[in-house]
Order: sequence, then C-alpha cells, then structure tokens
Amino acid sequence: MPLFSLEDESIEIIREAVATARNPVMLYSIGKDSSVMLHLARKAFYPATPPFPLMHVDTGWKFRSMYTHRDRMAAESGMKLLVYKNPEGEAAGINPFIHGSNYHTDVMKTQALKQALDLHGFDVIFGGARRDEEKSRAKERIFSFRSPGHRWEPKAQRPELWSLYNTSIHAGETIRVFPISNWTELDIWQYIRDEQIAIVPLYLSAERPVVQRGGQWIMVDDERFPFEPGEEPAMKRVRFRTLGCWPLSAAIESDAETLEAVIAETLHASCSERQGRLIDSDVPGSMEKKKQEGYF
Amino acid sequence: MASERVKDIVASLEAESRKETLRFITCGSVDDGKSTLIGRLLFESKNIFDDQLTSLESDSRHYGTQGEKIDLALLVDGLQAEREQGITIDVAYRFFATDRRRYIVADTPGHEQYTRNMATGASTADLAVILVDARKGLLVQTRRHSRIAAMMGIRYIVLAVNKIDLVGFDEKIFSAIEADFRKFAEGQAYFAIQAIPLSGLEGDNVLFTSPRTPWYSGPSLMEYLELVDVRAVSGRSAFRMPLQWINRPNLDFRGYCGRIAEGEIRPGDALRILPSGVQTRVKSIIRGFGEVAYACQGQSVTLTLMDEVDASRGDVVAAAEDPPQSADQFEARLLWMAEQVMTPGRHYLMKHACREVTVTITKIKYREDANTGAHLATETLGLNEIGTVNLSTSAPIVFEPYRVNRLLGGFILIDKLSFETVGAGMINFALRRAQNIHWQALEVNKAARSAIKHQKPCCIWFTGLSGSGKSAIANVVEKKLYVEGRHTCLLDGDNVRHGLNRDLGFTEADRVENIRRIAEVARLMVDAGLIVLVSFISPFQSDREMARSLFAEGEFMEVFVDTSLAECERRDVKGLYAKARQGELKNFTGIDSPYEVPLTPEIHVQGMVSPEEAAGMILSLLTL
Repeated sequence: MPLFSLEDESIEIIREAVATARNPVMLYSIGKDSSVMLHLARKAFYPATPPFPLMHVDTGWKFRSMYTHRDRMAAESGMKLLVYKNPEGEAAGINPFIHGSNYHTDVMKTQALKQALDLHGFDVIFGGARRDEEKSRAKERIFSFRSPGHRWEPKAQRPELWSLYNTSIHAGETIRVFPISNWTELDIWQYIRDEQIAIVPLYLSAERPVVQRGGQWIMVDDERFPFEPGEEPAMKRVRFRTLGCWPLSAAIESDAETLEAVIAETLHASCSERQGRLIDSDVPGSMEKKKQEGYF
Repeated sequence: MASERVKDIVASLEAESRKETLRFITCGSVDDGKSTLIGRLLFESKNIFDDQLTSLESDSRHYGTQGEKIDLALLVDGLQAEREQGITIDVAYRFFATDRRRYIVADTPGHEQYTRNMATGASTADLAVILVDARKGLLVQTRRHSRIAAMMGIRYIVLAVNKIDLVGFDEKIFSAIEADFRKFAEGQAYFAIQAIPLSGLEGDNVLFTSPRTPWYSGPSLMEYLELVDVRAVSGRSAFRMPLQWINRPNLDFRGYCGRIAEGEIRPGDALRILPSGVQTRVKSIIRGFGEVAYACQGQSVTLTLMDEVDASRGDVVAAAEDPPQSADQFEARLLWMAEQVMTPGRHYLMKHACREVTVTITKIKYREDANTGAHLATETLGLNEIGTVNLSTSAPIVFEPYRVNRLLGGFILIDKLSFETVGAGMINFALRRAQNIHWQALEVNKAARSAIKHQKPCCIWFTGLSGSGKSAIANVVEKKLYVEGRHTCLLDGDNVRHGLNRDLGFTEADRVENIRRIAEVARLMVDAGLIVLVSFISPFQSDREMARSLFAEGEFMEVFVDTSLAECERRDVKGLYAKARQGELKNFTGIDSPYEVPLTPEIHVQGMVSPEEAAGMILSLLTL
C-alpha cells in the first residue's frame, strides 16, 4: 500500500511541525502539489480545521482560474488565507514579458516570499516541493533549516535521522517543511484521483488560445499578452503539467480530459514536468541558486 | 477515449498502488562508483526523462569525468559544489519503479567528513548496497559504513564488487573480497549478504546478468532488488503509539494523534497512558476524514478515549496488558556527528519519539575502532566516532530497545546552544528501572531551611578569565552580605582544586567534571538555604548552562567579569600568564584554550569598574 504509507508519513510530518512551531504557515501555490498538501493537512487535524493560515505569494500573473480556485479552497477549508504581493514590484509594474523570467521571479516570488515571512514572523513554513522534481530538491531535508535572511546552506544541512526532526531554532531562523518530499508526480495524480481532490481545470485538456514562443506553447490568459504584429492566438487542445505565472508556464498538446487519461500520459511521459517551467533553465544550477537565496 | 482503454488504465493504476516500496541506500568509500551505479540503474530501467538526458549530456561536457561519454553520476550529484568537485556531499533521494516494485534510493556520500549524511540515509533504509572498488578491496570507510548500516538496523546487504571490468572480470579477486567481507560481517547482525560482481560504468550485472562473468551464477543487482523480502519478522507486536498532538477543536472533542509505532488497535481495546500509567479504553479510531474499525503499525491516526485522561505530547499510549518500560538511565550506542567533541558531563537535548528531555552522557564505556571494531578506552567521542555510552535523562522516557523497535529506541542529541544535531543514538537497554526509584520526600525542605535564615537562597556564578577580578568582587559581595546578617558560602576555583577536585587536571574532560562537581555542591548548599558565591573561570558556555539548569528559575545569577585578556595578562597577579606564554602551563584559558563569552549573563561587569561598584550592581539585583 505505497500511497497509504506516503500519506501516513506526510501527516506525521505536518503534525510534528505544528506541534513544535511557534507560528506556522502553509504556502499555498494553488497547484496540484499544494492541493494534495492542503488535503493532507486537513486530514491530519480532522475534525478540527488545520491550526495555521494559508499564504499565497501572488505575482499578479497567475492564471485567472487559479485565483478562483484559490478562493474556493480557502473558503471550503475554513482556513485563513493571506495573500501577499511585493508592493515595490507591483508599483514598478514588474512584467515577465518585459523584465524577463529571472528578474520577475526574483522580485515577485523570492523577495516577496521573504518579505511576507518577515512581515508575519512565521517560523515554520510548509511547502509542497517534491524530491523527484529537480536535482537540488533531491538533496533537501524534509525539515530544511534556514539561517536569518532565509538562506539555505546545502553543504551544511542538519542530519535527519528516522522521523526525529530537529525543530530547535534561534530567533530569526526558520524551518521550511516539505511534507510531500517523498511523493512522485505519479503519486500525486493517483492520490488526487483516489481522494477526489479538486484541482484547477487547466490540468485537464481543453481547447485554449495559445501562441508559440521559443518552441513552447504559451496560453493567452488575459489582455496583457504582447502580440507580435499580425500574431494571432491559435486554438489548441492543451493542458498543463505544472502551473505558475501564465507567461512562464508552457502548455503541452494533449487530449487527456480526465484524470485517468492524465495519469496514463504521465506513466508514458518522456519529459519531466519541470520542462514546462521556463525559470529552471535560465542558468546552470539555477534552482539551487534560487533556493539558496530563499526561493521555495 | 475508448472505454476499454480507460479500463486498462484503471487496472494498471490498481496494480500501481498495490506495489510495495523498497527503501535502500548505496554506500561505501569515495570513488567506489555509488552515484554512477544509481545513474546506471535509473538510466537502464528507463526512469530518466528526455529533457533530463539532454541536460545530462550538456552537464557531462561541463563537469563529466568520463571523457566523451555521458557521466551518469551527474544524474544524482545535484549540488553545484558536488558537480564541480566530482564528489557526493549530501544524500540524494531518487525514485524509480519497475513493474514489480517502487524504489526510494538514497545515494550517500563516501567521504569520511560527510558520514552523518550517510547515517541520515541509512536510518530509513531496509537494505544497503555497499560498494567496493574491485581494485582496492575493503577500505576503512567500507567497514565504517557497513558498521553504521548494521547499527542503524539494516539487515540486508548487497556487497557490490564494482569496476569488475577494470580487473579483467577476475573471479579470484571477487571471491577474495567476498570472503574478506563475510569474515568482517560475522560480528554484525546482518540477516543476508548477497555479493555481486558488477560494473556501474559498463552495466555488467546491473540490470541483467553479464556474459562477461560466466563464473558468477547469482542474480543481477536489479534481479536481487526485485525479489528480496525485507519485511521484518517480528515475534511480538503490542500496541505502542507516541502522542504527537492533542486535537481539541472544542470542549466536546479530544483526540489523541500519532503514528502507530508498533502493533494494532481496535475500538474497545484496553490502553495505558505512559509514563503516568492511567488506564482507559479506545472509543473510536479516526483515520483521514472518517472512523475505522482497525489500525496498525505505520498508520497516522487520531484516537478518542472512553475516559477523560490527562495525556500530553510525548506520552506513549500502549496496550494495557503489555506496556513498554520507562527509565531514565540507559546504555546506548552513539554516533557522534559534530566537530566539537562529546564530553561526558555536558548536557544535551535528546529528542526521542515525540519527546525532548535534557540528557547527560555519564560515561563512555568504549569507542569502536572504525577499521577493526575493537573496543578502545576513551574520554571523549570525536566527529564520526561510534561509542557505547551510559546516559541519564532529566525525566523518565518510555522506550523499547532499538533492535526491537527503531522508532522507540532511536534518539538524536541536539546541542543546547547551537541547536545543531550532534549525535544519533540507539538504546540497548535500561540500566535500572526508573519506576523503582523515588525521590525521598523530605519534610524539612529548602523553603523551611531558608525561612529560618530569613533569606532567599541563590547561586551567584562569577565567570571570566584568570586574573579578571572575579574573586575580588566575590569577596566584597560576601562581606557586604555578611554585614547584613546573611548566610553565605564562597567557593573559589583555586581552593576547591586543592581539595574536592584535586584529582582533576586541565584537559577539556577534566574541566567539565570540575564544573559539574562544583555546580552540584552549589546546588546542595542552595538547598541548605545558603547564598552561594562561585568564582570559577568556567570557560565553556555549555558547562555554565549545565550549572544553571540545576537551579530553579531566578535562583541562578551569572556574573560575567569582562576584563580584557591584555589587561589580565598585564596584571598577572599569580604569574600564570607568563608561564603559559613560555609553554610551561598547558591548556591555559585565553592562551591555548578558548574562553566562550557568555551571551546573556544577568550581570556584565565591563572594563574598569571597581570591585565595590561591581558588588553594588550585584546586590541591587538580589532579592533577599
């Protein structure tokens, strides 16, 4: 019963973090991994509501249907939802099309996250990262220690034995906790199916307006798309393997309209899900660098 | 989509979720090819995506160690520093699946300095693939890792004799290494050892048996992993669950949450809450969003109980008819993971099950030689050393020996100041049962003794360099208290070393013991109702913390006499600095032994304050 043992492990992690935290928060990014993490948290504390808020670090560039889904899930869970946008970035009108994915991500995600964490003084922060996503993630502990300033020191991680997590920290230090570290993409999909977890419809195939950029399909989600002269969106049957800012999330062509079909495609996929993320491949070792600077 | 196709998918999903998961590690010495072997397993079992392969090809050109060929190790060595240096620093977790099983593999580093990361991987694994370079045979690090694997409870070992291609597929070399390992393994508690000659680089005997080793009739690595049965055969399984969280959403509901460490449970079962021993019965078991009629080991559940019992996080819920022991003194095996040596007498935080207590190592019985396993006498344990120790906890804990249950027998030690994880331990057995020992309840107590002296007893602890003026200030304080009619006692470093502590020298271990004794004496005196002044250099923060922990809140006042080294050396009242500078005195604080500055002393006497002024500051803070 592999899925069950993953679920039990994740619930144990969530409870342990909450039992030892002073001021915990769950980062909620609206994607499938966050959806599973939220579901696990609700199970961990049932019949109570999870005793911490959800926080969404908003870039202002998420898909419209993600915002709808976010508000619905917050209401359904009964948890408090905190939304944070980097005010300087917002005032400067940071735009991934103009400023590039690197700068956009740094200002609107990494810096914004740090600002939000400092603002509320959270000491334990849940994130929905998985070790199978990327090589530097594969190296990260479940309870991942951050020095003041939110820096990750990959060469000096605390040993992590059995399920005995060292949760002791000094003022200013924080711990990021990854309850679904040991899940794979396939586990996530199977669990979503088995537990009938609501997800953003963009994960399933439908006809959507897309434009090809750099060999990848970008969906035109609102009027901010900078068309080249004479450029028109094409209607294609597409879906997304990961969701983030819409200009930075590439769609794949697919007919998978049901979860079963998505799972079938995942089983036979020849590319990893992060391929559709335009920010990982900017510079070599880029995920590790971003993580050291405080990115999730 | 055709309904047939959907049916197929659903069937394959069901099959997928019935697959069992095997967790294993690869370990061994540096350059034995661990990362390359995992890369090979992932690559050949088609668990690598196209885009990962593309970036692997470009990485191989950048950092590769295999010339024109792709370097499979780079699939696993994910940190920039690892790729640049071509070594593994931290454990990487990789996931792959076959038609039969799902695997979580932890690739652990071979360098001695990263042994703690190897232990991290080993603590959750069922099987270890120990790599040996066929050209080199067993090395110290091979034996160290094999020993840690055994210590962590790994019972299934694959001895992967790697790079067999580089020794011409020579059977004699393979057999000699296997014989060598089996001899070594006699002293370890393994259940099964499978030796396999292979080449991670070329792929021989990795997925399929190789025609180049016709003399080898055993399984390939993958064949073995697919078939090995690692499920522990446990003779006994009484219910045990450490309490992780008490769920109280409202006055009508009280749930006891945890992950079941052993055994099974049904509504109506009789339970005992430990260490209090209170008995009750299970009312209901909640798992996820509903009630279940049965739960077992490994499951995270919430229990409701028939009675309102007093139970909190860290307690253990157990089968009433077969509860585990509780004790506060143990023998344990300990792997030390910090640069700073472990010295008996220091206090550490111990995390065990869901509980944190203060612990002291009371004695190191021996340490194990990394190569031979021989028992060696020692006063301290250094980085990556394994020892067997006695330890004493500040409160009784509910436990099982590690060999019986990993979750109730394993613990970590945390430094009280830096909060680093410094040790990993496994309980062998209790030295005595705590339930049989009770504190003698005394009728004439501290409060009574202080009352007839008309004072509130306390300990004023002076710390600072030799010659900083500690004793001078302490003398003034004592005189003023005496004039006020207070009952005092002054314990001075030099004087105590002439008597009580004359058997101690100035090594770090002796200094720890010196402070421990004096702190205990001071506590007895405070119990007697006295105001105790302790004037000791006490250079180590952890020792001062230890002293503080012996006293009640508000009973301990740390006075840091902060005179600069230059000034102390200029004064050199006893001529000791001159001797130390000439090398006649070893381990002299400030010269060749460190002084750790107090971070939060109650009183900080700085610079050129006179003893009278300093005494005034101290007296104004005393509430007598």
